[in-house]
Amino acid sequence: MADSITKPFNVREIREQFPALRQTIYGKNLIYFDNGATSQKPQVVIDAINRYYSKDNANIHRGVHYMSQKATGEFEEARKTIQVYLNAKKSEEIIFTKGTTDSINLVAFSFGELLSSGDEILISAMEHHSNIVPWQMLCERKNLKLRVAPINSKGELIIDEFDKLLNNKTKLVSIIHISNTLGTINPVKDLIKKAHSVGAKVLIDGAQSIQHLKIDVRDLDCDFYTFSSHKVFGPTGIGVLYGKEAVLDSMPPYQGGGDMISKVTFERTTYNELPHKFEAGTPHIAGGICLGEAIRFLSSQNLNAIQKHEKYLADYAQDMLDTFEGVRIIGEAKEKTSVVSFIVNKIHPFDIGTLLDKQGVAVRTGHHCTQPLMDFFKIPGTVRASFAFYNTKEEIETFIAAVEKSISILK
Amino acid sequence: MNIEEKQQEIIDEFTIYDDWMEKYEYIIELGKELETIDPTKKTDDRLIEGCQSRVWLNTDVQEGKMRFTADSDAIITKGIIGLLIRVLNNETPETVAKTDLHFINDIGLQEHLSPTRANGLLSMVNRMKMDALKASMKSTK
Repeated sequence: MADSITKPFNVREIREQFPALRQTIYGKNLIYFDNGATSQKPQVVIDAINRYYSKDNANIHRGVHYMSQKATGEFEEARKTIQVYLNAKKSEEIIFTKGTTDSINLVAFSFGELLSSGDEILISAMEHHSNIVPWQMLCERKNLKLRVAPINSKGELIIDEFDKLLNNKTKLVSIIHISNTLGTINPVKDLIKKAHSVGAKVLIDGAQSIQHLKIDVRDLDCDFYTFSSHKVFGPTGIGVLYGKEAVLDSMPPYQGGGDMISKVTFERTTYNELPHKFEAGTPHIAGGICLGEAIRFLSSQNLNAIQKHEKYLADYAQDMLDTFEGVRIIGEAKEKTSVVSFIVNKIHPFDIGTLLDKQGVAVRTGHHCTQPLMDFFKIPGTVRASFAFYNTKEEIETFIAAVEKSISILK
Repeated sequence: MNIEEKQQEIIDEFTIYDDWMEKYEYIIELGKELETIDPTKKTDDRLIEGCQSRVWLNTDVQEGKMRFTADSDAIITKGIIGLLIRVLNNETPETVAKTDLHFINDIGLQEHLSPTRANGLLSMVNRMKMDALKASMKSTK
């Protein structure tokens, strides 16, 4: 780790490790600013996928043969890598899922089974649909109440209102760590402490935080933390649910099938221990192993330098955009990560996004799966540029020029 | 000019643009010039909700010919609507229902009619064809 802290930050060297960045689209050098949707993959992860399917492919946890044992070893090694990275107490607390959405649905189903009529779940007004809809479904199923903590016009959670909504009926607080649309970093450590004071458990949706912040689940003291591999330089189709052992032990299984059982008879089935209790069926073995590789890659980087670089890029982009007439930045929280969402007066985000694409710049447009948040700001959507540590100042300059050109055509 | 000649005319117009941005500038101009739908007809039943942009479509049949008017909140979508209307308006219901709108592909705009783009255009074309089919069934009754 000492190496990674002192390692100087060299964006050129970093870019060389991401082959997808070296391409032209529509005759222009690709500028990839859709990192909030998914990150590009470093060569080490791509190599690991290739290696797994070329040499190690076997089903895990049940084979006596060499390849199965090797694949099992690597899969469980990945689990340990993630445990260490998150500073979880035990590797059994790391459940492999399909991704953040799947993790939240798992909790909504299984933890939800422990709740009863009249109990409350508290979320915020800036949640992604995947941290709204599973709770709505649960509330309908178990007759619970979903409460929503409001935000201010800068896109920050109103803490006083959050406090007022917390009460002894609150059984779970499920909150996004970093808003995918606004970039707002929520003060989750404080929120977790407050929630625990009324006896509520806390789920942190870390889909946008693991790639930007150092996550220590024991320091945060969250009961659940979720993230998706593909947003943190790993493959798609795999993600993680961290849960405290005692909480996970108290929950019934999510899905039934192979691997999650201890003994099956037609009369009665007993369930396997953690983490297997929550991992029915053959998991995404290659995904898990390669996520481990992605986390190793991330831990070899200098996270402080990454944060500084990403903040510099976002501040620079935001300052430049602010100088354009008619541009409104959506999400101006004091604590913010490398996301710049904006709209342009009388111009639809889709039009800007289409013209940026044709100039080689990949951004996201639309509601970003946060329709209630768009309703709050009374806008149809935004143009969102989300930066990663492999992006450069020169790319921001090209992007700004492309925005300027787009506006001049569309006006 | 028959419907095939109209498609060919648009393809020819687009051959002069060798740059994507020029092509889009032209589409945006068409969007700005589009004769939009009568505001009283911008009702929910005429709304086609896309994930990215929204489209309103009004269909009339006059003297056995299809007359479409449409609008969108996004200008590029409006420009492409303009092209579709130019090709399909004043054609018989049978022609609208059966014509393959190949010009969209030929001028390189097929991405806008892909199901993943979700800008309402694909649904609009489907609804235009459905309305034409209904009209043709009515006329043969």
